[in-house]
Amino acid sequence: MIRFADVHKSYRVDGRDIPALLPFSLDIADGEVFGIIGLSGAGKSTLIRLINLLERPSGGRIFVGDTEMTALDEPALRAQRRRIGMIFQHFNLLASQTVADNVAFPLRLAGERDEAAIRARVDELLARVGLSAHAGKYPSQLSGGQKQRVGIARALANRPSILLCDEATSALDPQTTASVLELLAGINRELKLTIVLITHEMDVVRRVCDRVAVLDAGAIVERGTVTDVFLHPQHPTTKRFVEEALPEEAAGALAPFARIPGRLLRLSFRGDATTSPALARVARETGVEFNILAGRIDRIKDLPYGQLTLAMQGERVDAALTALREAGIEIEELPR
Amino acid sequence: MNPLQKLFPNIDDWGEIGRACIDTLLMLGGSLALTVLLGLPLGVLLYLTGKGQLRPMPKLYAITSLLVNILRSVPFIILMIVLMPLTYALVGTKLGIRGAIPPLVIGAAPFFARLVETALREVQQGVIEASQAMGASLWQIVRHVLLPEARGGLFAGVTVTAIALVGYTAMGGAIGSGGLGDLAYRYGYLSYKSDYMLVTVLLLVVLVQLLQMWGDRIVARYKRY
Repeated sequence: MIRFADVHKSYRVDGRDIPALLPFSLDIADGEVFGIIGLSGAGKSTLIRLINLLERPSGGRIFVGDTEMTALDEPALRAQRRRIGMIFQHFNLLASQTVADNVAFPLRLAGERDEAAIRARVDELLARVGLSAHAGKYPSQLSGGQKQRVGIARALANRPSILLCDEATSALDPQTTASVLELLAGINRELKLTIVLITHEMDVVRRVCDRVAVLDAGAIVERGTVTDVFLHPQHPTTKRFVEEALPEEAAGALAPFARIPGRLLRLSFRGDATTSPALARVARETGVEFNILAGRIDRIKDLPYGQLTLAMQGERVDAALTALREAGIEIEELPR
Repeated sequence: MNPLQKLFPNIDDWGEIGRACIDTLLMLGGSLALTVLLGLPLGVLLYLTGKGQLRPMPKLYAITSLLVNILRSVPFIILMIVLMPLTYALVGTKLGIRGAIPPLVIGAAPFFARLVETALREVQQGVIEASQAMGASLWQIVRHVLLPEARGGLFAGVTVTAIALVGYTAMGGAIGSGGLGDLAYRYGYLSYKSDYMLVTVLLLVVLVQLLQMWGDRIVARYKRY
């Protein structure tokens, strides 16, 4: 478990303290994929660097497992850092070393001298990230996605219990992003590794995260499971992020339907609710009529969800809504 | 009369020119090796203690930087003369190859140190951060990240320094250090035998050209990744 207790961070610029992160507390559970989303300058880079103390907090305490990171001396901190992998937006590979040597680097840093053992571990790691054929190449000969895979293999070399991802997919195209995220999700599943990732893309959070915290101007303004935050965003910043991922949610997207009569409703289905024909059944039983204005069916991590925006009319709309809620569908009434 | 004699009538002892060449190469080799040995750690120190770097120490940086600047701004010929007592104390003579090496090293090491500092600053900050995140110690970062990542720039710095040293060794001739510069000065300048001057200058041009080609080739090899 990673625990922040009353942590805050400010930078001294020209003799004045500029706050980067306002005091906050946060727990990240073992084995979960925790996302931190925010615009640039919101403080997410600082937050993720507090975990391995690349940034020191101005106050408060940080725990990784039972270890209080903020209380460690230099050698103990270095030993702890070896248990925490990290990957970066710009990969940060050693340009002068081959792919294999880059992956072997953390092993050598940790004092491993047995070259045969190093080679075996490197082979295993490169196989996991699908780069066995590229062991002898230099980073400059690889594509962005391949470089990030090398970064992931390197981060996993010392069998860490935590993987920190610093905008790991922000420099990649959408398809490569998807494959890297899939790789990360697989690693989380198979190695039971805790993953903390920061991003400015809600779609990254939706695909891999279990829980998310939304960071805005140095403060955590919203946090919860991804399904809750994604389907029912509360804070304006969160809503903006969700709208970016789902353009049909944007304010004004429903304007063309202004003349369609009835009450505007947004129905959210998750998990089992997505597979039962509840809407058709309730419409039949209550005689209400509805017009579907927008909708999507997708997944939040492994959980299927659906969202429908519709205009409903009839004499028994309220009864229909009650019946739908009983069927496990969440309903929000939208203003017209 | 062989054609060389026709071309350079004043040169009657080509063996002397050959010995001068060897002297220059010895001075160059010796001083370059010591310059790198001294300048590399000095450059690393400048880099590490600089503002915003891995071990910022403003006072130490300011002092080192000032010392380097002073040594770099003194004209080499003056430096040689000023350093004579130190040279004598170090190697027991002020003359010849041995007498030339201390001033050459003290003149060139600060220059090389600056080139090292610049080359190290070219190393991506992110790579250093990544190695810190992997638990690398300062020494491991210097040894396994900074120096290998900067080696293209470092070899370019060695080349530039070697060429500067060729110029310095030639200047050393003025105070009796031997080598091609000594020859050009004594015969070419003091005795008006301008063909000596021409031959030594040509040899120095060839030497500089070879050094540059050799340096470029090494740099290109490390740029290939």
